[in-house]
Amino acid sequence: MSSPLLDVQNLRVSFPSPKGPVEVVKGISFTLGRERLGIVGESGSGKSMTGRSILKLIRSPGKVTADRMTFDGIDLLSQSEKQMRAIRGARISMVMQDPKFSLNPVMTVGEQIAEALVTHAKLPRREINDRVLSMLEAVRINDPARVAKLYPHEVSGGMGQRVMIAMMLIPEPDLLIADEPTSALDVSVQAQVLDIIDDLVVTKGMGLILISHDLNLVSHYCDRILVMNSGQVVEECIASELSQAKHPYTRGLLAAMPRIDETRDELPVLDRTAWAGT
Amino acid sequence: MANTRDWLLDDSPTSLLQANLGRSYRVTLALLRNPLAVVGAIIIFGLIIAAVFAPWIAPYSPIGQNLSQRLLPPSAEHWMGTDELGRDIYSRVIYGSQITLTIVLLVAVIAAPLGLMVGAISGYFGGWVDRVLMGVTDVFLSMPKLILALAFVAALGPGINNAIIAIAITTWPSYARIARAETMTIRNAEFISAVQLQGASPLRIILRHVLPLCTSSMIIRVTLDMAGIILTAAGLGFLGLGAQPPLPEWGAMISRGRSFILDQWWVATMPGFAIIIVSLGFCFLGDGLRDVLDPKQGEGK
Amino acid sequence: MQRQLTEIVWFVVTIAFTFLGLLAITFFIGRVVPIDPVLSVVGDRATPAVYEAARTAMGLDRPLPIQFISYVGDVLTGNFGKSVSTGRPVIEDLSRVFPATLEMATLGILIGVALGVPMGVVAASRQGSWVDQVIRVIGLLGYSVPAFWLGLVGLAIFYARLRWVGGPGRIDIYFDGLVPPVTGVLLIDSLISGDIDIFWNAVNHLILPAAVLGFFSLAYIARMTRSFMLDQLNQEYVTTARVKGVPERLVVWRHAFNPIRVPLITVIGLSYAGLLEGSVMIETIFSWPGIGNYLTVALLNADMNAVLGATLVIGAVFICINKLSDVLYRVLDPRAR
Repeated sequence: MSSPLLDVQNLRVSFPSPKGPVEVVKGISFTLGRERLGIVGESGSGKSMTGRSILKLIRSPGKVTADRMTFDGIDLLSQSEKQMRAIRGARISMVMQDPKFSLNPVMTVGEQIAEALVTHAKLPRREINDRVLSMLEAVRINDPARVAKLYPHEVSGGMGQRVMIAMMLIPEPDLLIADEPTSALDVSVQAQVLDIIDDLVVTKGMGLILISHDLNLVSHYCDRILVMNSGQVVEECIASELSQAKHPYTRGLLAAMPRIDETRDELPVLDRTAWAGT
Repeated sequence: MANTRDWLLDDSPTSLLQANLGRSYRVTLALLRNPLAVVGAIIIFGLIIAAVFAPWIAPYSPIGQNLSQRLLPPSAEHWMGTDELGRDIYSRVIYGSQITLTIVLLVAVIAAPLGLMVGAISGYFGGWVDRVLMGVTDVFLSMPKLILALAFVAALGPGINNAIIAIAITTWPSYARIARAETMTIRNAEFISAVQLQGASPLRIILRHVLPLCTSSMIIRVTLDMAGIILTAAGLGFLGLGAQPPLPEWGAMISRGRSFILDQWWVATMPGFAIIIVSLGFCFLGDGLRDVLDPKQGEGK
Repeated sequence: MQRQLTEIVWFVVTIAFTFLGLLAITFFIGRVVPIDPVLSVVGDRATPAVYEAARTAMGLDRPLPIQFISYVGDVLTGNFGKSVSTGRPVIEDLSRVFPATLEMATLGILIGVALGVPMGVVAASRQGSWVDQVIRVIGLLGYSVPAFWLGLVGLAIFYARLRWVGGPGRIDIYFDGLVPPVTGVLLIDSLISGDIDIFWNAVNHLILPAAVLGFFSLAYIARMTRSFMLDQLNQEYVTTARVKGVPERLVVWRHAFNPIRVPLITVIGLSYAGLLEGSVMIETIFSWPGIGNYLTVALLNADMNAVLGATLVIGAVFICINKLSDVLYRVLDPRAR
């Protein structure tokens, strides 16, 4: 494999508190090629903070440090805010959790998608319009011309998330971070949305970081998996070998998952003493 | 020392006392980190000191006239100069703090409990009680406060007591609104149902269980309102409807200094500075308290 | 359609109820609070016969609810009684003085919006910086400086010492009465009559009181804008915009500011209504012949008809502006439609 698309070494994120700084990400390292990487963990495990720190979107008073954080040969740590803006959206972008909150309520869907494009390229109005519509079609929206004129509160959650994906992919980035892209959606549309992401990522040959709390889902859509617990990576494995995971935390998570053919009366609860020392 | 600190900051307190002390400690710490809040607290502390110890602090009598010393500019002898009757303005400002503090305290003591009760009853019982009480509250809220106070004083007659009543009448509705909103969120909580099952009377539930939970938002609101109360009182005094001469009320002092504003500027400006500083003090402290106590802004993400 | 209709009906009902409440309050102040309203009309040297006659003439021998109904009837027909100090019907006085107040408050709110909104936005987008601190303190000063004191100091500095602005009153004494009143707003009337000198003279007189009023609305608007903006800047969709690589200036103005334009209208409406109230003090200081000045003169003369009339008008305008900004909110916000 040539030099990786993303290389993160010893990433740390901390926030101040009355008792001194609290680290929410405690020195994690990973590399990523043009592949699909899953980051799994409970809420509060630091997985979302990891995603945001790659885009350098941790606002003060939060602090991000790392030994190395490069993207396609660019040292992200030394990039100015202005240089980062040229990277955000155009090269790395992020699908966020809940379209109810992540779409601007007073701009139409079409305007918001167009904005992502216009920010990085000067294009004639006709072409912008055409590309917005074809992008909406690419995320399987049937009537793109009508939907483009709607406000976010007029579309359903599943459609909102597809709009979000369209908005994030229209500048054709190299890396997409999807931060819990389906946890706010109805179960019935979750798979649909993930299939769209998967489809587009694979055909365009992009890298994907899928952040989720759902082991099943991640193992289904990713090539490799990082398991995070309280700010640290406790396990790294190939998705297909997840069932042979060694760390007690991962095993606990696996055991707590219900299976369709099972007969257990009670699902086991995580026994946190098993890895308390780590 | 370090142990006490850790005990106070413990995330899982083991007793009510520890929880309460820990909370006060956190609030104090957070306030101390906010420079404006510290300045506000110092100003209000200064106001209280000035009011309580006025006879010892003020170098001259607040009402003793000395016509040979009329309208002297600020000097080492008279820090803020003298007025048209030869009275020392600095001493009058110091004594004036007694009047200001009295007004502010009395308005708070009348308006806050009244508002709390109306709001808590309205929120707790709901239904028609709520509609009627809130209807009345809304009518008062949609009226301009100063005008309403002016009209009341006009009907009651000028004087400091009537000014206090008039201001209290215009202030309670906003407290009722807050208390109602808080009560509505508490009303359906499990612990209220638990107390109800034990057979507690509505009055007891409101007094013992609902009102204590409204206090922090109430303290913020009252502190922030203080500046407005001081300004309204001063305005009434300025128009001659509040405290009557020779009382050294700051607004009334400005009103008397109005005729000398061009040549003896200090007569009118000095009491104005006192009003501004004290009002700012309450604003700073209220702002700081809100940042610390209001979980919506205090916590963040 | 059905829903909109019930909403409109409900809206009208609340307005009517609020006005009735306003009337009840002024009625209460005028008839119930004073120990003896007759005495304030006839004076304490009146003979018992005169006193009784006045009492019957005022309708005070009737039960209170009847009195209230006839009071409401009087107000609705524009009968606010006669002013003791001017000798004219109060309604006539009020319609004469109101344009002067409107003129001053309108210029005041324009100043407040033009400066306050940008200040609030800048403060929020640089939260914690020294710019933010300065704007915060300015905002709090608006809550702490007595309006009458600021007006007085302003007059002493800019009129008496520097001679930059005109003094008290709406216009210099030798221009007085030269412009035929059309709208009652001097700036407009002088332009209609084509008299530029008078126009500039009026501007000169108006600028200081309007600036003082403007300061208070600026402080309030800047404070509210700042707190709205802080709320907005924490929203997920602002992060979305940053993820897209949108420049910070556009993040602030397009994504954070645009959604608060509508709530800001409510704030501006409230502030405008508040200026009508603030004009009481300012007009007294600047001898501005508006409704505030009228009210204070009436107060000092214990002219209750005039006091209640002015209270009623200011209260009514206050309520109207409040409700109007409510309606605008519903009409303009795409989320509320």
